[in-house]
Amino acid sequence: MSASTETSTQFAIEMRGVSVASMSGLNSVIIEDVNWNVALGDFWVIGGWQGVGKTDFLMMTGGMMAPASGCYYFLGKEMPIFEDDRLADRLRLGFVFENGQLFNHLTVSENVSLPLRYHHNLSKADAAEETQRLLDLTELAPWADSTPGAMARNWQRRAGLARALILRPEVLLLDNPLAGLDLRHRAWWLNLLEQLARGHEWMNGRRLTLVLTTSDLRLWRGGARQFAILKDKRFLVLGDWQKAQASHDELVREFRASAVQED
Amino acid sequence: MLFPLPKIPFDLDVDENYVAGVQKGNASTFDSPRVRFVMRMPVPQFFANYVGRKLFRFLLTVQGLGAFALITLGVMIKKFGAARHVIRPLVYREISRSGVRLLPMFIFLAATLGLLIVGQTVSWGSKFGATHTVTEYLGAIMVIGVVRELGPLIAAVLMLARIGTANVVELGTARALGEVEALEALGIDPVHYLVVPRVIGMAVGMFALTVYLIIAALASGYLWAFLQNVPLRPGDYFGQLAAALNGLDFVLLACKTVAFGFIIAIVTCYHGLAQPLRLEEVSYATVRAVAQSVIACVLIDALFIVIYLAT
Repeated sequence: MSASTETSTQFAIEMRGVSVASMSGLNSVIIEDVNWNVALGDFWVIGGWQGVGKTDFLMMTGGMMAPASGCYYFLGKEMPIFEDDRLADRLRLGFVFENGQLFNHLTVSENVSLPLRYHHNLSKADAAEETQRLLDLTELAPWADSTPGAMARNWQRRAGLARALILRPEVLLLDNPLAGLDLRHRAWWLNLLEQLARGHEWMNGRRLTLVLTTSDLRLWRGGARQFAILKDKRFLVLGDWQKAQASHDELVREFRASAVQED
Repeated sequence: MLFPLPKIPFDLDVDENYVAGVQKGNASTFDSPRVRFVMRMPVPQFFANYVGRKLFRFLLTVQGLGAFALITLGVMIKKFGAARHVIRPLVYREISRSGVRLLPMFIFLAATLGLLIVGQTVSWGSKFGATHTVTEYLGAIMVIGVVRELGPLIAAVLMLARIGTANVVELGTARALGEVEALEALGIDPVHYLVVPRVIGMAVGMFALTVYLIIAALASGYLWAFLQNVPLRPGDYFGQLAAALNGLDFVLLACKTVAFGFIIAIVTCYHGLAQPLRLEEVSYATVRAVAQSVIACVLIDALFIVIYLAT
């Protein structure tokens, strides 16, 4: 591999002057000039109203499309990674879709085990133990043999998380994980993601680097989280919650105002 | 002008050419906005424009299908044996779906096909006082009608109706619901996981079903001849069949049926998978896939006739 496709830094994600195109129209740039570093073990929350391009930004970060311009390095390697011989690098990144995006022709258990079976060439029996552990962790065991259509969206999203975790990625991207969840599920997600960020047993105690999007920053206040917002094609890094609160940005003021009203 | 017109699809500007986009990973052969532009332009006012549009569409379709077929072949070769615990069961499932499960329907249609050919032939033979000629050449007529032409073509149309349309709907829905992006996010090649098993299953299923259909049609042909009092003994009938068949028939039949299965799988998977779809577009994609599959099969059939006549 040429030297130009790698950096020596230990950032999980490193973007320099990155522009992001829309997945639905690759010629239209929806976010410009992103300069952003995510260190290993960081927990980043990216806020923004619906339609500003959070999902497109996350998909570009997940390597599903290339930046329209600029340089993006994931764990020191240039992204996106499409080559088969660099698949191992790509699998260090997990992605959780907003609606789970489960495979409807497979059962929940088959959905969760698919990446493990495909990449390690395992039979169902060989992957059963690992799959069961994740189903227990995500409380999906009762639905193991159901197809996704038989489950509520709350549970489908958990199955999407389990599928992303089965390969034990080093970085996990989550698209609006709390959107539309009831309070019980919301508390479960906040708790599990915090555990993953601190080093969960499933990850063998290794801290997972988390990047997620949200349309409500207030849900993520507290903890050692970093915040950024997407607005008017710009990516603004705010810093921790105190700095985010002190920000004079109009969008952050809007978030704060709605927080006061709700509190 | 309200909207700026995109450049023509075959523009060689490197920055805009979608080859460059594919190399950068932010475009694909099947999702060029300019391709969509040509596909969705309003109906032209002049006949020459209309013909030109049709020609452009045809070329773009051939280009897309050709690229998709080559990609699929490349993946089949490059990933041969990869993830076999996942892919092999899918291949078996597709062979079952495109083969074994269709057998009863094919046998029924084979019986009908034998009746049609023998019934019409005997009827016309008796009408013109040529019963003796019919008796002498019934085997050869069955070989020409069933083995060389109608058998493979009818099998292809049935396979398209039963499995091809299901392919487009399944893959189109999966595409519209974001399952293809999910596969990519998991590092699973969508062509390897979704297309390769279907292509293998349909090629194998088409060959096997056509063979069964031909055998059943030949057998039913004799049965109908017997019921219509044609003075033909089984031994003579099979002797006529054996005399009419030659080695080239078997080779061309195998090649033709595998080609039919392959092309139906490619066209239906292409329309279901290769283009980004919304749910409401799945039905249109199905219609396009059926029309193009039928045309492709007839063209392949014509090609094999030419090969047969030339050798």
